[in-house]
Amino acid sequence: MSRFVRQVILPGFGNEAQQKLKKSKVLIIGAGGLGCPALLYLAAAGIGTIGIIDGDTIAESNLNRQVMYGEAEVGINKAQAAAHHLKSKYHDVNIQCIPEFLTTSNAVSYIQTYDLVIDGSDNFPTRYLVNDICVLLGKPLVFAAIYQNEGQLALFNTKKGDIHYRDLFPEPPKDSEIPNCNETGVLGVLPGIMGIMQAAEAIKFLTGYGEVLTGKILYYNLLNHQTYTLALEKHPASEQMLPNNLTEFESRDYALFCDAKEVISWKEALGLIEKNSKSILIDVRELNERPELQGHAHMKIPFSGPHDIIPEMKEAEGIYLFCQSGIRSLRMARELSQTLSGKKIYSIIGGIESPDAPLN
Amino acid sequence: MEMVTHRIKIRAFGMIAEKLGADCLDLDSIPTTEVLRGYLYQQFPELEKMKFGIAINKKLVSGNQPIPNEAEVALLPPFSGG
Repeated sequence: MSRFVRQVILPGFGNEAQQKLKKSKVLIIGAGGLGCPALLYLAAAGIGTIGIIDGDTIAESNLNRQVMYGEAEVGINKAQAAAHHLKSKYHDVNIQCIPEFLTTSNAVSYIQTYDLVIDGSDNFPTRYLVNDICVLLGKPLVFAAIYQNEGQLALFNTKKGDIHYRDLFPEPPKDSEIPNCNETGVLGVLPGIMGIMQAAEAIKFLTGYGEVLTGKILYYNLLNHQTYTLALEKHPASEQMLPNNLTEFESRDYALFCDAKEVISWKEALGLIEKNSKSILIDVRELNERPELQGHAHMKIPFSGPHDIIPEMKEAEGIYLFCQSGIRSLRMARELSQTLSGKKIYSIIGGIESPDAPLN
Repeated sequence: MEMVTHRIKIRAFGMIAEKLGADCLDLDSIPTTEVLRGYLYQQFPELEKMKFGIAINKKLVSGNQPIPNEAEVALLPPFSGG
């Protein structure tokens, strides 16, 4: 008896649909809150080849929703941990592990061999990058995103000229329009539900079983289980917002946090601070956020308060900012760079949750 | 006195609902999406800095569009989390 018998006997599914899954290649971008549940169910369903791309490492605060990982895996790369887990469960799924962040320079080579892409990323730059490359390469894209207790789900780009993310939101929001990571809490079940919905859309699309959300977007609210499905249409500006070709795509700046020029690693930052006494290290988290940084003198300027230029900043030759994960500090670094031109202002990659953070 | 005859129902999602302080809102005499944006920006100035799409009767619209009487108008912000 095969491990797929219970889905093969479903009326309308059958061996034919199972064979389609077996032949399919699906790439999951981000093995986080959305990616973990999507991966678990896609592998269980018998997708033949599953690619997992993620350059991030597992942090303790991920564990409420990234249910493939446990306490023992904190600090390990997510793509590697997910690949290891799935390989140990099933012999018949070809798992491709890509322990890197998706960038404009690696996206084409990583995406072009797959039949369908699942966006499980957690930031706008990656979402626009993924959308654009899927349109350019003609790859169907299962999109999901969450905000607090709400989720969005859609299937974009199933054929030439199809609706895609830029028909909904032609341009990415500006930095100042995005809530910072400190403000957005989440119950683990929400990305769980949305990630499983992404797996369901992928399975249905690949096998032609049921109806898929093409040309539509579904909003789901965890608090009352209300759904709201909208019909989408082409936005007059969406096509001109896309890169015209792959060369233009590769040279476009999607302002990926990992590519930002203002970022620096803990090791490099602490080395420079030690060498130059005119350096200041600033914690931009709220005063109640933990863990505390130990053993390194630092100031505290919470992100939510005034971002005034203080005398210490004027005197400093190097300013090094950190927060919980590196998002707020990057935003503040960019802001300070505009007013304090000529100074070296850095945001420390990964923040206090980085495995390289100097915690005792 | 003339009765108000044009009513619409607003449904807001995500951060927009937070800024409105409610996920539903009934409004009178808002004939177009442009008038609606103007009204919202005036009442809730923070919305002016935020991106959101507008759907009329569960259909996404772009540009300035008339809003029929009794329409349900959804305000749709992008989400990025995952």
